[in-house]
Amino acid sequence: MNSIILAVSQTITADSALAAANGAWMLVAASFVFLMTPAVALFYGGMCRSKSILNMFMLCTGAMIVVAVLWPLWGYSLAYGTSDIAGIFNSPFENFLLSSLIKSENGVWTAIAGEDPSAYASTIDVAFQVTFAMITVALICGAIAERVKISTWLIFVGFWLTIVYCPLAHMVWGGGILSDAQNSITSLIFGGTTDSNGEWIANVVPHDFAGGTVVHLNAGIAALVTVLLIGQRKGFGKEPMRPHNLPFVMIGAFLLWFGWFGFNAGSAFAADGVAGYAWISTTAATGAAALGWLITERIRDQKFTSLGAASGIVAGLVAITPAADVVSPGFALVLGAIAGVVCCLAVGLKYKFGYDDSLDVVGVHFVGGLIGTVLVGFFAADTGLVYGAGPNQLFAQLIVVIVAVLYSGILTTIIVFFLNKTIGWRITEDEEVSGIDYANHGETAYEFSATTVLDR
Amino acid sequence: MKLITAIIQPHRLEVVKNELQNAGISGMTITDVKGYGRQKGHKEVYRGAQYVVDFIPKIKIEVVCDDINAPQITDVIVQSAHTGKIGDGKVWVTTVNDLVRVRTGEHGAIAI
Repeated sequence: MNSIILAVSQTITADSALAAANGAWMLVAASFVFLMTPAVALFYGGMCRSKSILNMFMLCTGAMIVVAVLWPLWGYSLAYGTSDIAGIFNSPFENFLLSSLIKSENGVWTAIAGEDPSAYASTIDVAFQVTFAMITVALICGAIAERVKISTWLIFVGFWLTIVYCPLAHMVWGGGILSDAQNSITSLIFGGTTDSNGEWIANVVPHDFAGGTVVHLNAGIAALVTVLLIGQRKGFGKEPMRPHNLPFVMIGAFLLWFGWFGFNAGSAFAADGVAGYAWISTTAATGAAALGWLITERIRDQKFTSLGAASGIVAGLVAITPAADVVSPGFALVLGAIAGVVCCLAVGLKYKFGYDDSLDVVGVHFVGGLIGTVLVGFFAADTGLVYGAGPNQLFAQLIVVIVAVLYSGILTTIIVFFLNKTIGWRITEDEEVSGIDYANHGETAYEFSATTVLDR
Repeated sequence: MKLITAIIQPHRLEVVKNELQNAGISGMTITDVKGYGRQKGHKEVYRGAQYVVDFIPKIKIEVVCDDINAPQITDVIVQSAHTGKIGDGKVWVTTVNDLVRVRTGEHGAIAI
C-alpha cells in the first residue's frame, strides 16, 4: 500500500499552493513548447522534396540534442543569473551545470528554494527556457534545407546557442541592455526612478512578451545571413521545388499552434488571467493571419492553398508572440491580419533578390517577428502610440529590433563564414541532385515501390 | 504478335480498361509515367513564383495481341481514351518476336 509522507517541515500554505499551481502549469507549458520543435520538423519536412525530408528532421533533431546538452552546462547560465557582464550576457560560471541553482536533498536533486515562497521552483524555469532555445535554433534549418552537411550544422548549433541566442535572451529577458534594468539602453535614454525598496523602475521598457525578438527576429536574421553566405540550391528559381507532403505541413502547423499555447500563455509565468488572455489573443491573431494570407493568395494566385493556410497560421503565431499580453482583442486581430498579408507577399521576395530561403524562414519569422515587435509600439495598452502615449514605446521597440538584428546578424555571419572556410557547409552538387538523405544519412524516407526495396 | 503501347490521360484509365475488357483482351500492364508532347512548357504559379512544368503525369498501357486483332484493339484504345483536348496521348504498335508464358513455358501466340 502506498502512503504519502509529508516531509516534516512541509505544510500547505497559500504561498506554496500558488507556487505549486503556477509550477504545474509551467511544467506543462515547457512540454508544449518542446513539442514545437518536432512540429517545426514536420512543418518544414513536408515542405521539402521527398529526397530531403530525413535531413530536415535530422537538422531539427540536431538542434534539440545539442541545445539539450549545452543548456545545463552553460546555456542557462549565460542567459540568466545575477552575474551580468556588460549587459550582454550572464557569467557562464555562475550556474555551470546548474551549480548555484540545485542541491541534493536526501539523495535527490531539487531546486534551492528562492526568497519568494510563492514562486515556483527555479528548476522549472530552466526547463521552460531550454525549450525556447531549442525552437529558436531549429527555426534556422528551414532556410538551409536540402544542401548542408549535418556535421557542420551540429557544430554551428553549439556556437550559435552560446554566442548568439543566450546573450540575446539575456539582453532582453535576463536583465541586460534591452531589458528594464538600470543599465539598459532604454533606461539610459528615457531614465527612471528608484522605489522605496531600491528597485529601479524604468520609464520605458522594451516589450517582448514571449520571444518576437529573441526567437523569431533572431532566427530570421540568422537564417538570412546564412543563406546569403552558403548559396542557393542547384536549380533554385528555375526548377519547381514543391512540398512533397502537404499533410505533414498542415499537421506541423497545427501542432505548432498547439505548442504555442505553452509558448505564449506560458510566458505569463502563472496560471492566471494574463495567461488565459494571451491564449485568446494568440488564437485570434492566428486566425486573422491565416485568413489574411489566404485572401491575399486568392487575389494574387487565384487559389486558396493548404500551404498558404499553414503558413498564415505560423505567421500569425509569430507576429503575436511579442504582443500577446498587451494588445486588445481588436488589435490582436489587426496585428494578425497585417502579418498574414505582409508575410504572404514577403515570401516572394527571395526570388526577386535571389536568396534561397528555402522554406521561408525569413519571410515568415523575420518579417512576422518584425511586424509584431514594432506593432507593440503602436498597439500596446497604455504605452502604445494609438493610446496617445507618445512614441517612446515605439522607439524602445525599434531600439530592440536594431540591436538584435545587428547582434545576431553580425555574429551569425562570423560563425557561418568561419565554418564555411574551415569545414565547409555544402554537400556536392551531385549529392544534392540525387538526394541529401542518402548522401548525408545513407537512408531514404519512403520505400513505396517494389523496386526500391531491392536497393537497400 | 503485336505489342500495343498507349500513353493516355490518367483519368481515362478506368474507361479504357473497361472497353478493352469488353473487346476480349486477356491481359494488360499499366505503368505510371511522365511525359510531354505539345503540352510542354505549361506555366504554373505557386507561392507567388512562376514555374515552367515540362513533364505531365500519364499512364502507359501495354497489351500484346495477335496480328489480326491489333487494328481493332488500337481503335478501342484511341476511342475510349479520347477527350478532344491537348494531352490525350498517343498509341503505337510494334512487332513482338517471341512471347512466353512463365508458368507453363509455352511460346508464341498460344501464350497470349
